Amino acid sequence: MENPFRSEAAAFRFLLSTIGAFALIVVGSWINTWLGLAVAIVLSAAAAWLYIRQRGERPPPQHVVRAPGRRRVLVVANETVEGEELLAELRRRAQDAEVFVVCPALNTKLRHWASDEDPARLAAQARLDRSLARLEAAGLDARGEIGDADPLQAVEDALRVLGGADEVVLSTHPEGRSHWLERGVVESVRERFDLPVTHVVVDLESQPAP
Amino acid sequence: MTAHAEAAHAHHGPPPANRSSRIEPTVLGMLLFIASEAMLFGSFFAALFFARVVNPSASGTWPPEPFHFPVFVAGVNTCILVTSSFTMHWAVQSIRRNDRAGMKAGLVLTILLGLAFLLTQAIEYAHVGFNTGDGAFASTFFGLTGLHGAHVFVGLSLLTFAAVRAFRGHYSAAHHHGVEIPGIYWHFVDVMWIVVYTTVYLL
Repeated sequence: MENPFRSEAAAFRFLLSTIGAFALIVVGSWINTWLGLAVAIVLSAAAAWLYIRQRGERPPPQHVVRAPGRRRVLVVANETVEGEELLAELRRRAQDAEVFVVCPALNTKLRHWASDEDPARLAAQARLDRSLARLEAAGLDARGEIGDADPLQAVEDALRVLGGADEVVLSTHPEGRSHWLERGVVESVRERFDLPVTHVVVDLESQPAP
Repeated sequence: MTAHAEAAHAHHGPPPANRSSRIEPTVLGMLLFIASEAMLFGSFFAALFFARVVNPSASGTWPPEPFHFPVFVAGVNTCILVTSSFTMHWAVQSIRRNDRAGMKAGLVLTILLGLAFLLTQAIEYAHVGFNTGDGAFASTFFGLTGLHGAHVFVGLSLLTFAAVRAFRGHYSAAHHHGVEIPGIYWHFVDVMWIVVYTTVYLL
């Protein structure tokens, strides 16, 4: 079921569907009032089911074509970008690689819908700056940018900007405190992108005070 | 510090926005419009529901005796409005193929059919045999059909602007938003009429 407001043709098809649906409801109600109600409920449920099913369909994994050059590690991290566990993992995996850090501009739903994303972007920029400084101090070749609040979109944007990557490192809070884990972000990144994905859990509560 | 990060600090205010991070203004505008329309029509349908079903003094028949709705005339009017959606669709499909004559003909026919709808509705009001003061059923009838008529008027205004621009040589196969958007609105108005006609006249 398509968005009827996407184009005139979609709106026209929606009108034809509405005429068909209401014709069935009227015929049903002329036979019996309760039959008309039942038809209305069944048609509404069918429309809702079609809409949800269509939204739930996952696209096939994207094959990421990597431009030749140095090995490149794409890091996507929220508040955990400054965590010790992530730094240790990157020391292990990316000594000879180029590290590209993406800090999603995490925002509240209300602010997102109001397009009020400035505070989120400022906070993400501050996190990114501190993280890049630490990675540079650790001897890693790192650069980065702020990404979309949706980590999947952030990975996709970064891969397009970079022209591909060799692996993705995804950093989250521990189970139970992570919205990303609750939403299955790690699995979604593995499903959508044809790349090795490393999941690093950072427990900020156990970090030493800066 | 990277070049990107340094560039972000070179100007005041937040770093430049990532386009995909924010709601598209056009999408947000359309969603707010749909929400406001849904609430507006929803309140009128709620009034109809209360007047017809919940009201303890409502009679078993709809409309209450001795009044009658002109179901046949409204049915003919429904056919006129649905036909106007076909001509509107023809207009948009024509300009997509760069057929300017088809677009102009489609727009003019849609406007004429829309005017015929409004005229028929005005005649129906004049001969319906009751007025707004004749009870809740009459208030909800005039409220719902009048609200829809106001939307048809807005749609006709939009289509008139589009037609004037079409006759002045605007629009092409690549750029025809000025026809496409009124077309979407016109179909929306038709969808609402199907709902109004069904709930007020037929059920």
